[in-house]
Amino acid sequence: MKFTLSWLKDHLETDAGLDEIVETLTRIGLEVEDVVNPADKLKSFTIARVVEAKQHPNADRLKVLSVDAGDGGELLQIVCGAPNARTGLVGVLARPGDYVPGIDVTLSVGKIRDVESFGMMCSERELELSDEHSGIIDLGENAPVGASFAAYAGIDDPVIEIGLTPNRPDCAGVAGIARDLAAAGLGKFKENRPQPIAGEGDCPVKVNLDFGDTPSLCPAFGLRLVRGIKNGPSPEWMQKRLIAIGLRPINALVDITNYITFDRGRPLHVFDAAKVKGDLTVRRGRAGEELLALDGKTYRFDDTMCVIADENGLESIGGIMGGEVSGCTAETTDVLIESALWDETNIARTGRALGINTDARYRFERGVDPQFCLPGLELATQMVMDLCGGTPSKTTFSGAIPDTDRVIDFPFAEVKRLSGLSLSDAEIKGVLGRLGFWVAGSGDTVKVSPPSWRPDVHGKADLVEEVVRIVGLDKVVSTPLPRQSTVSDRVLTIAQTRRSQARRTLAVRGMKEAVTWSFISRQQAEAFGGGGRDLELANPISADMSDMRPSLVPGLAAAAQRNADRGYPDVALFEVGQVFANDTPKGQSMVAAGVRRGTAAFTGSDRHWAGNAAPVGVFDAKADAEAALAAAGAPVDKLMVFAEAPDWLHPGRSGELRLGPKTVLARFGELHPRVMRDLDIDGPVAVFEVFLDAIPVPKGKGGRSKGAFNASDLMPVRRDFAFVVDEAVTADKLIKAARGADKALIVDVTLFDVYRGKGIEEGRKSLAIDVTLQPRDKTLTDEDIDAVAAKIRAAVEKATGGTLRG
Amino acid sequence: MPRARACPCAANPDGAMSELETLESEILAAIAAASNEAELEEVRVAALGKKGSVSEQLKTLGKLSPEERREMGPAINGLKARVGEALGARREVLQEAALNARLEAERVDVTLPLRAAPSETGRIHPVSQVIDELTAIFADMGFSIAEGPDVETDHLNFTALNFPEDHPARDMHDTFFLHPKEDGERMLLRTHTSPVQIRTMMSQKPPIRVITPGRTYRCDSDQTHTPMFHQVEGLVIDKGSHIGHLKWILEEFCKAFFEVDEIKMRFRPSFFPFTEPSMEVDIGCDRSGNEVKIGEGDDWLEILGCGMVHPNVIRNCGLDPDEYQGFAWGMGIDRIAMLKYGMPDLRAFFDADVRWIDHYGFRPLDLPTLFGGLSR
Repeated sequence: MKFTLSWLKDHLETDAGLDEIVETLTRIGLEVEDVVNPADKLKSFTIARVVEAKQHPNADRLKVLSVDAGDGGELLQIVCGAPNARTGLVGVLARPGDYVPGIDVTLSVGKIRDVESFGMMCSERELELSDEHSGIIDLGENAPVGASFAAYAGIDDPVIEIGLTPNRPDCAGVAGIARDLAAAGLGKFKENRPQPIAGEGDCPVKVNLDFGDTPSLCPAFGLRLVRGIKNGPSPEWMQKRLIAIGLRPINALVDITNYITFDRGRPLHVFDAAKVKGDLTVRRGRAGEELLALDGKTYRFDDTMCVIADENGLESIGGIMGGEVSGCTAETTDVLIESALWDETNIARTGRALGINTDARYRFERGVDPQFCLPGLELATQMVMDLCGGTPSKTTFSGAIPDTDRVIDFPFAEVKRLSGLSLSDAEIKGVLGRLGFWVAGSGDTVKVSPPSWRPDVHGKADLVEEVVRIVGLDKVVSTPLPRQSTVSDRVLTIAQTRRSQARRTLAVRGMKEAVTWSFISRQQAEAFGGGGRDLELANPISADMSDMRPSLVPGLAAAAQRNADRGYPDVALFEVGQVFANDTPKGQSMVAAGVRRGTAAFTGSDRHWAGNAAPVGVFDAKADAEAALAAAGAPVDKLMVFAEAPDWLHPGRSGELRLGPKTVLARFGELHPRVMRDLDIDGPVAVFEVFLDAIPVPKGKGGRSKGAFNASDLMPVRRDFAFVVDEAVTADKLIKAARGADKALIVDVTLFDVYRGKGIEEGRKSLAIDVTLQPRDKTLTDEDIDAVAAKIRAAVEKATGGTLRG
Repeated sequence: MPRARACPCAANPDGAMSELETLESEILAAIAAASNEAELEEVRVAALGKKGSVSEQLKTLGKLSPEERREMGPAINGLKARVGEALGARREVLQEAALNARLEAERVDVTLPLRAAPSETGRIHPVSQVIDELTAIFADMGFSIAEGPDVETDHLNFTALNFPEDHPARDMHDTFFLHPKEDGERMLLRTHTSPVQIRTMMSQKPPIRVITPGRTYRCDSDQTHTPMFHQVEGLVIDKGSHIGHLKWILEEFCKAFFEVDEIKMRFRPSFFPFTEPSMEVDIGCDRSGNEVKIGEGDDWLEILGCGMVHPNVIRNCGLDPDEYQGFAWGMGIDRIAMLKYGMPDLRAFFDADVRWIDHYGFRPLDLPTLFGGLSR
């Protein structure tokens, strides 16, 4: 919402300066977003006289002017292309160094067709005063040469723009803003109540509200004919104000409606009566009906929208925009002025459906003052008579102004309860009164009725807001929040703690945390097991952000590739974030995932004098997954490794870590080459996912005791074994068998060699393990050790079908 | 190399003495000439070994008369002792030299660069770090962390929060919608974390003190808007918390978060459907340089919205607004991160450019705490 300072002062009697007004507006909730004085950018422009205009020697359309800047200096030579440049013209001069806003140029001395030019004579468009550019400004002979143009032209009127919150339709008019400022003590509000105009004769056009059992779509409609008017440009003062707030003056009738829209927040419409046939019917649109609107576009309607029709068909989109055909032009002699009320929600829906945003829609969808419906019509009639002459008819009025009266029981103590602010009852009453609220009764609780222009005020809290904003939030004293008497519960849930631990652990492993979009392309989603319609956006911002991600991997792999494309091929990225299996809260779960690309191993990447890093592979991913699981508190020693994984992973270089046969806690591996090709990723790329929410929560609180520390004084004994087994036998199986051979003695089994080749037949391999025995009570004898060794051999042979290597 | 010789001294003691002197000087010369421990050992064996020249001399003592023995005994034993001493001294010198030679041989170029430790190359994203900072600050004020789903119902995102149907306030949110279901219900991506407030009030009994960090979505994209961003909201519900407390909390938060002793704050009346009264908060800053400096200067910068929870919202959660009251606030995590750490472009947050993460990210173990300082 924009207005000028002088416009505000039409409604506010005040001594306050611009700064105080601006500061107060922001303080009471009408946040000032911008203050621009058009005079500021025209400060350097002065009035100058063309002493002589000669033909340019080298160009038919140009003239060479000698200009008297009025500063007593030499005449300036200026090359000018305006057709109206002539000897004796007094206009506006810009000199080298001046910034000309309309063409976004800072002038310098130029040479045009070999003739030097020391400035320019400006058009209105060049000064951003209007769109006028057919010639340079002609101020008339009497304008004071040498004087400031801005001061002379009276454009020294700051334009104030406020960011209006949707709850304040009353301040979509300058008068409403003035009322708020007056309530805040910045002066006196001028009521300027429009006077009723009797009118002669009935309005010949009748209005039929045809809404059946939904009359609330258009509760009231006033219409009046003014005959014998002369429509032309509106007066300069009105044009100046409209231009200042960014509107284009059209003709007096249209300008009056725009002016009142901004002056009072009351949208109006004017029809050229000569183009309206018969009476007006206000009704729901019918499917397929069309109207060419004032913006030159054709709109199609359905039965949810309100239209105004005559015998010719549709003439206007109710409360949003008029029709082109019945619009007012310079030739209009009889005008029908409409002032109506519309249903807020319906206006919003219609505007959104048709894609029309107008100043009228803006106000109607927020809620205009119903009590100003007819006064607005009186004001418009008066202005039409003042500016265009003519004879008004009586008003024809259909429907009824809705009764918006409501009474709120308001305990004064509510102000203190909600705001902490101590105010006297009289202060509270005073503020409400100045804002136009009706306050009745005495004692601790009074009855308050909001004014008709405040549709947003319904309850006690709303009244507290009114009081506090006008008195000033700065008066509220900052008060320490009392501590709660108990020690607070844990700040983070177990799930939140796990995420934090996983995150920091992965970072410690040299990975960099990324935050990637929650939505990915359909192709990516489908490749990673998603892409269902229940998780597809109806209105994605672009095609590659259309589906809620089923996995963090595609986003991370794409991110790694982007880095590679920028010249950083060896990157390790991870993310801890949400993935989506369906659209319910349970369908969303938290995952820690990562990718390593190129040679970005845990121990470092790329070439190095102490040893080059190898391309990343499945075991890098496995290590990350296990570290993240351990950090998140998963029972890592109970996990089983399954050489199975989804089809986006390399079938021979991937696996899952499960708790029991079904609960998948993590998966890891190298990306499937086909998926990489489809997603335009090159590798190598090793990835993992840890399903944090699948990790079981420890049962019960239990104690935190770790038990007594009980270490044996006896030396551990280590023995090596090598077994020859089939290729298909997994290391995990062999190690578990060896470990289980004597649970009391065996404390560790390490696999230290995998051998294939000479001495081992084709299709078999040798796995060598180092077994640590920890005696508890007595030193082990050779017999003891041999006995354990036999158990290990038997257990491994039984589990794997392998044989001890000779 | 001196050789053992038959001792002539029995015949000629004087001659014997001079021979001893010759022997000694030969042995000492040999010791001095030994260039390593092996050579020195040869010298020792030749002199003091069983058949060594000095040992041979000692053997002659038995054949001498007592007088001669009295003379030659000390002389030969003295020779043996001096040779032993000389050997010991030479061995020490040679050992020292050998050690020095070994050390010299083992010398390396210690300026050779190491691979960086993984714990030094890993990084925490600024969003995570700032959430941890927020957690540290609000945990100290007795708040816990509440969360909710990103895919929300229209009811929890709007209706329960007192957004009227088709109200322009809904337009301001640029909502992402999922496809309508068969029954017509249309899920959406939450436009703010406020639905978590509703979920919290529905599931917990007052007093409530939570903050709700999380991802939020609006279909908007430019340098300061991304379709996905992060918000944190706070909620206090009890029987007496008012705007004064809200001001205090936000002042304390801003001082702690921006790590300044004083901060100017301005509370402006504003509008949100879910709070009444509603406010926006500006903090004092200086924009004269390239970066916004918080806590100094005369400019204002809007950082958050807040207000007393609207009675309708309290009622929608099954509580009596005449009994319970409280306040809520919300702000952009990315935005306050940008302000604090001087990050100019929001879009870069979600691009995963490792150069950006290296520059703006945090070291893995720099966990923000109040006792250890929020940031380093």
